[in-house]
Amino acid sequence: MSMNNQGRPTGTGTSSYAASSGSALLPNEPLLFEIGDIEHSGVDLPEVEISLDRLGGFERKSALDLAGLTEPEAMRHYVRLSRLNHSIDSGMYPLGSCTMKHNPRLNEKMARLPGFSDIHPLQPVSTVQGALELMEELSHWLMTLTNTAAVALTPKAGAHGELLGMMAIKAAQEAAGQSHRRIVLVPESAHGTNPATAAFLGYLVKPIPARADGTVDVQAVKDALSPDVAAIMLTNPNTCGLFEPQVIEIAEAVHAAGAFFYCDGANFNAIMGVVRPGDLGIDAMHINLHKTFSTPHGGGGPGAGPVVLSEALAPFAPVPFVRKGENGLELVEHAEGSALGRVTAFHGQMGMYVRALTYMLSHGGDGLAQAAQDAVLNANYIKARLAHAFSVPFGDYPTMHEALFDDSFLQGTGVTTLDFAKALIDEGFHPMTMYFPLVVHGAMLIEPTESESKQTLDRFCDVMEELAADAKAGNKERFTSAPVKAPRRRLDETRAARSPVLRWERPVEALKAAE
Amino acid sequence: MRYLPHSEAERAEMLGIIGAVDIDALFSAVPSRALKSFDLGLPAHSPEFMVEAHMKALAAKNHAGADGPFFVGAGAYRHHVPATVDHLIQRSEFLTAYTPYQPEISQGTLQMLFEFQTQVAKITGMDVANASLYDGSTGTAEAVLMARRLTKRNKIVLSGGLHPHYRDVVKAYLKDDADLECLSASPEGQGDILDHIDEQTAAIVVQTPDFYGHLRNIKTAADAAHAKGALLIVVITEVVSLGLLEAPGALGADIVVAEGQSIGNALNFGGPYLGLMATRKEFIRQMPGRLCGETVDTEGQRGFVLTLSTREQHIRREKATSNICTNSGLCALAFSIHMALLGEAGFKRLARLNHANACKLADALAGVQGVEVLNKSFFNEMTIRTRQPAAELVERLAARGILAGVPVSRLEPDDASIANLIVLAATELTTDGDIATLCAALAEELQ
Amino acid sequence: MTTKFTPDHEYIRVEGFTGVVGITPYAQEALGDIVFVELPEIGKVLKKGDEAAVVESVKAASEIYAPVSGTVTEVNSALSGEPGLINSDPEAGGWIYKIEIADAGEIEGLLDSDAYAELTL
Repeated sequence: MSMNNQGRPTGTGTSSYAASSGSALLPNEPLLFEIGDIEHSGVDLPEVEISLDRLGGFERKSALDLAGLTEPEAMRHYVRLSRLNHSIDSGMYPLGSCTMKHNPRLNEKMARLPGFSDIHPLQPVSTVQGALELMEELSHWLMTLTNTAAVALTPKAGAHGELLGMMAIKAAQEAAGQSHRRIVLVPESAHGTNPATAAFLGYLVKPIPARADGTVDVQAVKDALSPDVAAIMLTNPNTCGLFEPQVIEIAEAVHAAGAFFYCDGANFNAIMGVVRPGDLGIDAMHINLHKTFSTPHGGGGPGAGPVVLSEALAPFAPVPFVRKGENGLELVEHAEGSALGRVTAFHGQMGMYVRALTYMLSHGGDGLAQAAQDAVLNANYIKARLAHAFSVPFGDYPTMHEALFDDSFLQGTGVTTLDFAKALIDEGFHPMTMYFPLVVHGAMLIEPTESESKQTLDRFCDVMEELAADAKAGNKERFTSAPVKAPRRRLDETRAARSPVLRWERPVEALKAAE
Repeated sequence: MRYLPHSEAERAEMLGIIGAVDIDALFSAVPSRALKSFDLGLPAHSPEFMVEAHMKALAAKNHAGADGPFFVGAGAYRHHVPATVDHLIQRSEFLTAYTPYQPEISQGTLQMLFEFQTQVAKITGMDVANASLYDGSTGTAEAVLMARRLTKRNKIVLSGGLHPHYRDVVKAYLKDDADLECLSASPEGQGDILDHIDEQTAAIVVQTPDFYGHLRNIKTAADAAHAKGALLIVVITEVVSLGLLEAPGALGADIVVAEGQSIGNALNFGGPYLGLMATRKEFIRQMPGRLCGETVDTEGQRGFVLTLSTREQHIRREKATSNICTNSGLCALAFSIHMALLGEAGFKRLARLNHANACKLADALAGVQGVEVLNKSFFNEMTIRTRQPAAELVERLAARGILAGVPVSRLEPDDASIANLIVLAATELTTDGDIATLCAALAEELQ
Repeated sequence: MTTKFTPDHEYIRVEGFTGVVGITPYAQEALGDIVFVELPEIGKVLKKGDEAAVVESVKAASEIYAPVSGTVTEVNSALSGEPGLINSDPEAGGWIYKIEIADAGEIEGLLDSDAYAELTL
C-alpha cells in the first residue's frame, strides 16, 4: 500500500518535494506520514509468535496506521527538519529572561555515561550510591551559591519548582495554624507563571505596581502587607533586568508581617557567585538548571527547577531527598510529619543534574562568578552602544544581565516591536523577547548571556543600529514584510486558532482510492 | 575559562565604552553588605579531563542496567534506543533551540511536534494530543484537574492499581481534598472502582496495564463512568503495550495519560521523562500544555505554529489552565524519531517481543519453589508473592548482580499485606539466560 | 431602544426589559482577530461587573463583564463556529448574549454614546 506524497486537504499544495520555495539548503520537508508507510521500519526486530491467552481479550483490534521510515529515510527527514531551526549553536539567541547560553558538549557526554543513563530509579539504593552522591554534590553547590539551608531537587521545570516552593510555604503556614493567610503579593512586572502558581494553590493574587524606575517600592509592599498575606513572589533581578535595590528591606517587611519571601530565580545567571540570595532574606527560590546551568533547552524542555529553601521551610521539602545513613547514602522516599509529599514520580531530572554539575565543576566557583559578571557586562555593553538609537525606559541604573528597550523610538514609523523583531531574523539573529515585561510599552528585552564574544555583540549592535536608522528613515516595508529570508514568511496564527488542525489526517482522496 | 570568550583587555575596553570604572560599578544596586561578601569555598574551574574523571568515578559507583540481569520496571522500562535517535537529538538545531515562539525560524521543532501529536493520537486512539507534559505522574494530576474543569464536578476516584507515585503526586496537587478517593492497593488485579462512581464524580482514574501488571477492563470502566456523567482517565506507564493492546480511545477513554519514556528515552534514574496526554476533540480547550497546529504563511505555504496559547500561563496568568510552562521537547523528539523508525510494523513487533519474553519470565517464575505469580493477564510486567519479605530478598539478589524487580513495599511501606510482593518486568532486552539466572538465584535464596 | 456603554468597552442595547451585550468596534479593533468566544450559560444570574464571557484573540484573552445585573436568556451560538463575527460585525451579528435586566436603574449609570466616544478618543 503506497500512500506517499498524497498531499493533504489543508496543505495548500506545498507538500511535495518539487514545490519547494526553500533554497537549496533549506528544503521544504513533507510530514513523515507523507514519506513513510506502515510497512517501512528502521528497526530490525525478530518476529515472534505469541498466544493471546494472557491478554485478557484486550488485544488491539483498531487500526494503528502508523507510518514508519527506514534508517536512511529517518536520518534525512530529521536532519532536513533540523535545518529549519535557529539555535544557539548557529547564531546569537538574545531572548530576554531565557538565558540562552552555550551548552557545553561535555555535559551531554557525561549524561550518557551508562552509570547515569542506564540506571533505574527503583533499583536498590545500594546499587546507585554514585547517583545519590551526585545529587548530594549538586545540592551542596546550589545551597552554597544561594546560602540556603536545604534544596528540593525534584521539580521538573521552573514553573514546577515555583509550585513546589509555594506548596512548601502553604504547608508551613498550615502547620503553624496560619491557614487564614490567603493573599499572595505579585509585582506587575512578574512573569505569568507567578500569578498562575499562586492562583492554582487557591491564593488571591494582589498586584504590586512598579515604580517609575522599574523596581518595586518597599513602601508599596508595606502598604499591601496584612495579617492575611501569605507571601510575596518577587523576581530578582527583576524582569526589567534590574536588581531590586530595596530587596533586603522588602524581605524584612515581609518577614515582620509573618509572611514568606518567594524569589523567582529565573534570572539567577546575573548574580551567581556574586550575590547569595540567602543573604537577601529569601525563603524559597527555584533555579532553572536549563537557564543558569546550561542544560539544553531542547526546543522547549525538558527543564529542571530545583528549589532552595530557608531553615524555616526546610522541614516542608517534598520527598525524595538524600541523607547520610549508616551504610552510605539513603534516599528518603516517604513523607514524615507535615511534609508535603511527592510532586513527581521517582527522583526528578537526573539527566539534568548530571549536566548541571558538570557545568559547575567546569566553571568552578570562580568561573561561575566570572560568567555572571560577563553576562552583566555584555548586557550593559549593548545598552551603552544602543542607548542613542533606541529608547531606554529605566536608564538611571546599570542594568543586570538584560538590556530593556521600549518602542518609543519607533513612534511615527509605522513599525511595531514585532515588525522590528522579525526584521532581525533576516539579519541572522533570533529576535529578542518582545512585549515582556508588560509594564513597558512594546518592550524589547535583550539577554546576550556571557557566551557571546565582543565581536558578535558588536555585529549585533551594528545591525540593531542600522535597523533603527532604517525604520526611522521610513523604510517601513522592510519591517512589515519581514522575515523574507527565513524558511517561512509570517504564519497565519488566526487561522491556526480559529479552526485548529492539531494532527495529520490521511487525505480523503487517498482513503477513497484505498477502498 | 574555556566557555567565556572575553580577554581581560576586551573586558576593560567594554567597561570603558559603558563608562563604568570597574565591574562592581555595574552591581551598584546590590546592597554592599550582600555583594561578594563571602568566600564560597567551592573548587576552582577545572579542565575537561578532570571533570570527566570526577563524573566517571561517580558513574562507576552505580550498577548499570547492562551490568547484569535486569527486571526492574514499575513505571520506567529498559528498552533499546536506536543509535539514530541519540545522534539526531544531539543535532545542534534541535538540542540548543528554545521553545518555538518564532515560528518562521522554528519549523523543525514545530513540524516534529505536529508529527509527535499525530503519533500519540494514533497509538492512544484519541482525537488529539498535546505537545507533551513533564512526565506521566504530573500528567495524571493535570488530567484530574482537567476533568474537574470539564465536568464542573469535584470527586475523583483513583484505582488501587494506579502507580503509587502517581497517586502520591495527585494527592500533593489536590492537597487536603476531601473529594479525592484513593482505593487501596489491588495487587491481585481486584477492584471495586465501578461501585465508587456517583453523580458527583468528575473522573475515575484507571491504569492499564496496572502497577501490578494486570490488564484492566477499560470498556466496562468507560461505560460505568459515562452512565453517571463522569469521565474516564486512562493511565499507561508502559507505552509499548499499545503495540499489542487495544487503544483506550477505542474503548471509550476520555483522557489518556501515558509515560512515554519507553520509546526513545533512556532510564536516566527517573528523568527527564515524557508525559503524553491525549483527549477528545471537544475537550481541547481544557487540555493543559502546549499545542502545535497547522496553518499557512503569507505566501500560502504550509507551516506550523504553537496555537491556542491563550490557555497558558503567560497570557492568562492567574486564569491559566495550569502553571505549566515547559513541555518535554527533546524527549518528545526522541520519542517521535524512535516511533518513526519503528513504524506500525516495528511497534507491533516490539510489543509482541516484550510480551513473549514476559510470558517466558512468568512461566519460569511459576516453576520456582516459594514463588507465586499473581497475574492471569499481563503485558510485560507481573507481580510475584514470595515466602520472604521482598525488600531484603531483592537486596540479596542485587548483591549477586541481579536486579530482580521492585519490592512493592518500597512504594507502599505502610501496607504489611504486600511486604512479600515483587513487581518484575521483561522487555526485548531480556534474554533466556537472564531469566534462568534469576530463577536459579531465587530458588537458592528461598530455600 | 437605546444603546449604552461601559468603560470596559461592552455595549448593551436595551430592548424593553432585555439587553443585548457585545463589545464595541473600538474593542474588537484593539483585540485583533477573535478566535474563540466562551459564552455564558443560559440562566446564569449575573451581578453588574461579574465576568460573563471571555473573548480570545491569538495573543490575549479578555473577560466580558456584565454591564448590568440580570439573567442570561440567550447566547449567540453562531460565535462558536464563527468567532470572527465579532470583528466583522460587532454590533449586530457579533452580539454575545442577551440579559434580562434586573434593575433598570443600573442602565442610567452607564455611558451614552457621546461619553463613550470621548473615552476612546
